[in-house]
Amino acid sequence: MTGAQIVIETLIEQKTEVVFGYPGGQVLNLYDELYKNSHRIRHVLTAHEQGAAHAGDGYARATGKVGVVMATSGPGATNLVTGIANAYLDSVPMVFLTGNVPCGLIGRDSFQEVDITGITMPIVKHNYIVKDVTKLADTIREAFRIAKSGRPGPVLVDIPKDVQTAECDFVPAPVSEAVIRNRYGEEQIAKAGEMMRASEKPYIYCGGGVVTAGAEKELAALAEALDCPIGTSLMGLSAVPASSPRKLGMVGMHGIYTATVAKSRADLVIAVGVRFSDRATGNKNEYLKNAKIIHVDVDSAEIDKNITVDLGIVGNVKDVLATLLKEAPTVRRPAWWEEISAIRRYEEENKAKQDEGFTPYRIIDAVNRFTDADTPVATDVGQHQMWTAQRYRFEKPRTFISSGGLGTMGFGLGAAIGASIGSCRRAVLITGDGSFGMNLNELATAVSQNLPLVILIMNNGVLGMVRQWQTMFYDRHYSETVLNRKTDFVKLAEAFGAVGFRASSEEELNAALTKAFASDGTVVIDCLIDRDERVLPMIPPGGTVNDLVIR
Amino acid sequence: MRKYTIGMLVVNQSGVLTRISGMFARRGFNIDSLEVGVTEDPTRSRMTITMTGEDYDRDQIVKQLEKLHDVLVVREMIPESIVSRELILLKVSASSANRQEIIDAVNIFRNKIIDFSPESLCIEATGETSKIEAFIELMKQYGILELCRTGTVSLDRGTKSLTNS
Repeated sequence: MTGAQIVIETLIEQKTEVVFGYPGGQVLNLYDELYKNSHRIRHVLTAHEQGAAHAGDGYARATGKVGVVMATSGPGATNLVTGIANAYLDSVPMVFLTGNVPCGLIGRDSFQEVDITGITMPIVKHNYIVKDVTKLADTIREAFRIAKSGRPGPVLVDIPKDVQTAECDFVPAPVSEAVIRNRYGEEQIAKAGEMMRASEKPYIYCGGGVVTAGAEKELAALAEALDCPIGTSLMGLSAVPASSPRKLGMVGMHGIYTATVAKSRADLVIAVGVRFSDRATGNKNEYLKNAKIIHVDVDSAEIDKNITVDLGIVGNVKDVLATLLKEAPTVRRPAWWEEISAIRRYEEENKAKQDEGFTPYRIIDAVNRFTDADTPVATDVGQHQMWTAQRYRFEKPRTFISSGGLGTMGFGLGAAIGASIGSCRRAVLITGDGSFGMNLNELATAVSQNLPLVILIMNNGVLGMVRQWQTMFYDRHYSETVLNRKTDFVKLAEAFGAVGFRASSEEELNAALTKAFASDGTVVIDCLIDRDERVLPMIPPGGTVNDLVIR
Repeated sequence: MRKYTIGMLVVNQSGVLTRISGMFARRGFNIDSLEVGVTEDPTRSRMTITMTGEDYDRDQIVKQLEKLHDVLVVREMIPESIVSRELILLKVSASSANRQEIIDAVNIFRNKIIDFSPESLCIEATGETSKIEAFIELMKQYGILELCRTGTVSLDRGTKSLTNS
C-alpha cells in the first residue's frame, strides 16, 4: 500500500467518519485516496483551513469523538494554527494531518514549505513529522491515542509527499484506546470525606472536564448527597441542566451574580475539571480565601498551578466523583439554601433590567423557544457569547459549543458546521457582527453541505466587548471599535445561497425564526440591537467578588 | 529561593530537546543548567536540569515535563542523596613567572593540565558546582583566555535510580 492509502485506511480503522479539510499540492495523494474511498469516509471541503480546523473542533465538542482535519503544506498548515491553539486551550481531542514537501526538499525553503511541527510545538499535546512510511500507520494510531487520553488535546502529524507515495505493508490494528490514569489513593479520598463532613456550606464548581469525562450523572449525585449548589465555568456550562434547581449558573468575570457570590460564601469548594482560569478567579490572592478547596482533575499539572488548594485528587473525574459519593454525608442544608435564596433575591431586586425591548436576552429567549434540548448552540466570542452563557437554558452536555480558553473570534461558524455534521441536527450559531465578519466565508461551506443552520447575528455595529471595556476603563475612547461597515447581512446571505432575514423587533424575529426552523437550509438572521447593551454583571479584571458591578 | 536538581529519561530522537526547552520558555521557567546525553540504551537519553526557585516552580516544572510525550521518567533528585559533577575546560594565560603557581593550584584542586604552551595552560576540572566556582574565581587573577563548561550531571547514591524509585 502507498503511504496515502495507509493514511486513509488508518483513519477508517480509527473510526473516522468525517475529515474536514482543504486540498493542495502536497496532499494531492491523500485527496486521491479520499476520492477513491468517498463511500467509506466523508470529506467536508471548507472555504479556508481555519474553518476546517474549527469545524473539526465543533464536531469533536458536539460528539466527543476525535475531530480530524487535513491541510496542505505551507499556508494550508499555517492557516490551521489558530484552530489548533483553540483546541489546545479547551482540551479538545483532534488529529491534524498536514502534507509537506518531499523529505529531500525539507530545509531548503522549498515552495510552500514551513516547519509546521516547529510552529505548532507549543500548542499541541504532541506532534510528529513522519519520514518513514513503515512508521506512518502506528504514528497516526498513536496520535489518536494521545488526542483522547488523559486530558484530551490536538495532535498534528506532518507527512512529506514522498512518504505518501512510498509503499509498505499495512497491518490493520484495533482502535486506539484512551488511557486515563487514576493517581489517587485511599488517603486522599478519606481526607476529602473528612472535609465534606466538616463542611456546612459546600459548593461544587464544575468545569469542562466533567463534560469530557461524561461524569454529569456522578456530579449530580454528589451534589444531591451533599445538598449543595453547583456553579460552572464557561466550559462546564452544559454539564448541569439549566432545569436543575442546584445549578446557579456560570461563575467568573461575567458570571451569574448568585453563582459567583454564593461561591465566595462557601466553606468548601469542590472544583471538578476546572483550571481556575484568570477569567474565572479574578484576583487570585483574594480568591476563595475563606474556603477549603478540593480540586479534582485528570491533569496533575493543574493542581496548585493557578490556585493553591487544600486537597488535589488526580484521576478520571468520573471515577473520582463516584468514589467521593461513597464518602459524602447525606444531609439537608436549609440554612445554606436560605442564604442562597437571599443572595438571589438581592440579585433580582438590583440587577440591570436587560429584558425589556429587543434586547440580547430576549433574542436568546426567543431562540430557546424554537430549539430542543439536543440542539447544538455554537457561539463566537464577545458579548453575545457571554449573554448566551448567562441566559440560554442548556439542558444536555455537549450542546454548548464555544471557544473558552483562546477566545477565538471567528470560531463559531466553522464550529456550528462541525457540530451540525457531528450531531446530524440543526445547529444554532449565535454570533456578533464583529466575530461573524472574521470567517463568514464558511457560509459557502454551510450552503454547499446543505446544512440546517440558524445563524443569529447580534448586530450592534460595534465590537461590543472591547467597546464595553473602553466605556468602563478607557474614558469612552472608542478606538477602532465602531465598525461603520455597510455590510448588508441579508444580501450577503443571499449571495452565498443562504436565506437572510432582518429583525429589529421580537415580532420580526419570531417570524424569521419560524421560517428558519422550518427550513432545511442555512438561514442568517440579522438582529439589530443597541450598541450600548452591556454584559453584566462584571468583575473588573483582577478584581474580587467585592468589586462586582451588578448594574 | 532554593536550588533543585531534576533527573529525566527521555526518548533519544531529534526534537526532544526543543520540546523541553520550548516548554520552559513558554511557561516562563528559568533553569540554571540542562545537560543531555545518550545512555547505555541508545533509544534513551538522560537529562539533568538544575534550577533555582520555589517549591511551586519545581512542582510545575516536574508536572509539565511529565506531560510531554517524549519524557519517560522525571523526578526531583534530593540534594543530600545524590552525587553531582560539572566539567570545565579552562585556558589560562601562563608565563614562566607564574606557571608553577598555577600548577600548584591545579594540583591542590585535583584538576588536570591537558595542554601546555609557552603562554598558556589548558586545564580540565571536574567537581561539584562549588568547587568549580572556586577554581574559576582563583584562575581569574592569571587571566582566563577561554572557558567552556558543561551543566551539572547527577546520579542517586546507592542502588536507587530514576527507573527503580
